[in-house]
Amino acid sequence: MSKLLVVGISDQQVACPPDTLITYALGSCVGICLFDTMRRISGLAHVLLPQAINGCNRNEVYKFADTAVEELVKSMERLGCARLHIVAKIAGGANMFATTGRSIGERNVEVVKSELRRLNIRLLAEDTGANYGRTVEFDTQKGSMIIKTAGKGNKIF
Amino acid sequence: MNNYDNLDELQMSVLSEIGNIGAGNAATSLAHILADKVMMSVPVLQIINVSEMATILGGPENELAGILVNMTEDVQGMLLFLLDQEFICMLVNVLMDEHIQSLDEISDIGLSAIMEIGNILSGSYISAISTMTGLNIGLTTPQIAIDMAGAILSYPAAQFGVMGDKLLFIAEDFLSGDSAIKSHLLIMPEPKSLQLIMESLGVC
Repeated sequence: MSKLLVVGISDQQVACPPDTLITYALGSCVGICLFDTMRRISGLAHVLLPQAINGCNRNEVYKFADTAVEELVKSMERLGCARLHIVAKIAGGANMFATTGRSIGERNVEVVKSELRRLNIRLLAEDTGANYGRTVEFDTQKGSMIIKTAGKGNKIF
Repeated sequence: MNNYDNLDELQMSVLSEIGNIGAGNAATSLAHILADKVMMSVPVLQIINVSEMATILGGPENELAGILVNMTEDVQGMLLFLLDQEFICMLVNVLMDEHIQSLDEISDIGLSAIMEIGNILSGSYISAISTMTGLNIGLTTPQIAIDMAGAILSYPAAQFGVMGDKLLFIAEDFLSGDSAIKSHLLIMPEPKSLQLIMESLGVC
């Protein structure tokens, strides 16, 4: 029996086939799907903000992009994954309300990408930006990311 | 006071009362707009996290309309009205003489009508706070997003996420004709502004 594992806000989970990882209704948040192509272990993180300000909230590592990506990689490594084989697909980072200047969503995506670069993880696909919410589902069997939206259709990466 | 968690009982009841008066004003405005009697329930003030909020709103994927207004001048922060599908359709149908049944059918002119409602409702709330506190509070033009509840809530969650996971919101039901309308309002003054509101009311 395959299970649906729900990842909350500022949360992460690691799963193996045949389970599916899901995180609902990302707005400016970013969902990071990591997949070890050899071990076939997957991880999904849902980050809220790019980085903690003034070093406060340091106990909430899953909330911030600058700490959550590395934490997820570490969780996968503890299960035997090798960084060399981990690839990434990301989604989210929308700007829900037409605000001026750089939106939090945009900054979230930027920090997630720079973290992936720093950790030498290849980014295979992304569905980021724009102004609509996304539900992200990760099929650990196929290593595919499924995006569902309200009225903007579904996509598979 | 750097997050909403450590508000004491007195401060909570002050905020409830503000919500009450604001909602009273809003109900009056709504009655004018709808040319119908509008009754309201006693508002419930809650301080909860985003996930709990999404559950109250019918789950993270439930589609609704969020109308965002920023507070400026003496008080900084935001107001976010969350109106469900039924409420929006009812408003558009009454105001624009249309017959829509879902948010997908809403026209541009329908959207701007909803924004205007947001303008009027937020004005009603803010004038209540302004009158009680003597503070000068400005409002920006409303912005609207029609999307999944979770995605809309990510906006206040991210804006206030650095100081905690809690949101301050007021829930109330409006009754007009046969329909009961659920509306939720997030009032999110920045911590300094919340302090200022409390000080102006002599509650510290």
